[in-house]
Amino acid sequence: MKQETPPEKQELRVRRIRNGTVIDHIAAGQALNVLRILGITDRSTEVMSVVMNVSDRKKDIVKIEDRELNPGEVDEIALISPDAIINIIRDYKVTDKHKVVLPSEIEGVVRCINPNCITNTDEPVKPRFTIHRGEKVELHCVYCRRIITDRIADFLI
Amino acid sequence: MNPIQHIINIQSFSRGEINRILDRAAQLEPITHSGVSDILAGKILVTLFCEPSTRTRLSFDVAMKRLGGDVIDFGPTEESAVAKGENLADTISVMGGYADAIVLRHPKEGAARMASEFSSVPVINAGDGAGQHPTQTLLDLYTIRKESKLNNVKIAIVGDLKYGRTVYSLTHALSMYNAEIYLVSPDQLRMPDSLKRDLTDKGAKITETRDLDDVIGVVDVLYITRIQKERFPDLGEYQAVAGSYKITEETLKDAKDNLIIMHPLPRVGEIDPGVDKSRHAVYFKQSFYGVPVRMAILSMVMG
Repeated sequence: MKQETPPEKQELRVRRIRNGTVIDHIAAGQALNVLRILGITDRSTEVMSVVMNVSDRKKDIVKIEDRELNPGEVDEIALISPDAIINIIRDYKVTDKHKVVLPSEIEGVVRCINPNCITNTDEPVKPRFTIHRGEKVELHCVYCRRIITDRIADFLI
Repeated sequence: MNPIQHIINIQSFSRGEINRILDRAAQLEPITHSGVSDILAGKILVTLFCEPSTRTRLSFDVAMKRLGGDVIDFGPTEESAVAKGENLADTISVMGGYADAIVLRHPKEGAARMASEFSSVPVINAGDGAGQHPTQTLLDLYTIRKESKLNNVKIAIVGDLKYGRTVYSLTHALSMYNAEIYLVSPDQLRMPDSLKRDLTDKGAKITETRDLDDVIGVVDVLYITRIQKERFPDLGEYQAVAGSYKITEETLKDAKDNLIIMHPLPRVGEIDPGVDKSRHAVYFKQSFYGVPVRMAILSMVMG
């Protein structure tokens, strides 16, 4: 008797993409924040798939078709998901694969937690942080020197 | 051409650079007793105080005049372009065209750092919100060096360690001199953990306690800060806490003979006036040392 393939193995949750970028191993629940970091909104025109809580709620995946994200664009993802992997896909094949690398400084990505910081005013200045990695990722505001350690995603611009 | 030398925060100074400023202040201090010099003759300092200050503004004013320079005060911001909605960045860009240096006090933290990015002349931070006040830290270090010892000093910093403007910067600077630092405060005004971790990561030796009696017999310096009423949900709690940290002659009975007591002033009841005449009290001298220290800073950035 022919053995049946379990239904969940019969088809992929999301089909493979021909060209574009697949961001894998995003921390579970952070996919939408990844889109925010990448500046992808409801007005963006890229075809994309967002899969959340796969592999027993261990990770999220984002697939963006026909757009290759460069390291500068994606490294900020490391702020909220330091183990994320970027796969560049060309003609269904992975042509480049690398882990996100935490940048040493970010500008205009996260707002300062300190309501009294000069960057939270109408002054012509963007929030800027140096990044320190100890036990946790720490953002140090260049202006008011306040340190953000927790809930970084809550402060994404 | 050398880059513009701004004075924004104490963390950007090495121990060697701090020593050079303190040495220069010691060199200039005699001028404060004997009139004026011409070290900064022909130079103009603009002071821009966007929140009230008396002693810091006046001591910069005096320091510049002792060096033979001129001071133009921007005046109350409510009567200026700022009141018409001009932002700080534009104000600084304009002032930079008029002056040889700008002294800025502003209610927002990080304001001086931002100003330095828009200024064509040195910006000296005279306090930004609850953030940095580097010239206060330098005059504190000068006082400790002069009236006690700076290397390996044992110091208790007492009071509001959560919101106090000077505490973090002072602790940071003292750790460069291998100080033993005791942080004495009520639970609700303890130094935030993130700052404490930052300091200990940099090698600071910090011990925390709620009780001043634990450390009074050990320390060389007692640094008192003001506990502000508005930090407490009710007046009764404030009075209980403030009262427990009040320095009186009785508090000092177990103190070392050569203990010095410092306070950034103004004080509001933290130190009983009975202590003023004791050999321990140096807070008025400390306030005076603001002049030679600010002279040193002005001469270095404009000289």
